[in-house]
Amino acid sequence: MKPFDYVEIRVPAKPQYVSVARLTISGLANRIGFTYDDIEDLKIAASEAITNAVQHAYADNEEGEVVIGCALYEEKIEIMVADHGKSFDFEETKAKVGPYHDLEEGSFLREGGLGLYLIETLMDEVKVHHQEGVTVFMTKHVGVEQVDENVEHIPS
Amino acid sequence: MNISVELQKVDELHIKGLIGGEIDAFTAPMLREKLAELNLQKDLHVELNLTDVSYMDSTGLGVFVGFYKTVNAANGHMELTGLSSRLKRLFDITGLVEIMDIQATDKEVKIDETV
Repeated sequence: MKPFDYVEIRVPAKPQYVSVARLTISGLANRIGFTYDDIEDLKIAASEAITNAVQHAYADNEEGEVVIGCALYEEKIEIMVADHGKSFDFEETKAKVGPYHDLEEGSFLREGGLGLYLIETLMDEVKVHHQEGVTVFMTKHVGVEQVDENVEHIPS
Repeated sequence: MNISVELQKVDELHIKGLIGGEIDAFTAPMLREKLAELNLQKDLHVELNLTDVSYMDSTGLGVFVGFYKTVNAANGHMELTGLSSRLKRLFDITGLVEIMDIQATDKEVKIDETV
């Protein structure tokens, strides 16, 4: 059995759906027992990535979809956001995504400068993959010292 | 949840604004438009109260940075008030708190009130 539950959200690449995806991610994060502050951080980081994807689709005049893949582990969440509208083979895409080095590098980073900076600051790990569009891969761990005793872990 | 923006002219040189709701990719353009409608005369003081803003990301920061620049260019002053600790944190980690006039609320984080 897979070590995680996988939830994929697909929304039209339009700004009015950013908040819909954000609320879904907030709900998912709540299931693993993230704190209020961590969930707020996740909402911002995910929104930044989705906003970037939406703006790319807009700039290219595409009627595309943004695909958001969420892997829920017992003590972390991995979120992938892609602006090319194709479903992920989550593990395969994750393996291809390279380390994220330079904040100043690449047009995606320049355009989404502040947004990407926030993603970097608010998440534990961030990777960006440029191929068939842009894929942002980010991870946040449930804070060890903040785990609540009442938290129900997802069944594995 | 959408956004609400109320701008009120207190006197010739003083405008107060009340902003509420969520500021994101969808609502930020509406906020930007509302602020752009202001007649920015010289030495204007604009106070924007963000007490009722429940969510904001870099799109909102972008709007405030743009408006800050415009107001400053007209020799005016922009003040952001009533920021929750969540909102204040965004201005802290981006360094904007060093540049702008930002007044956080004394209120504790929302979660502490509801527990």
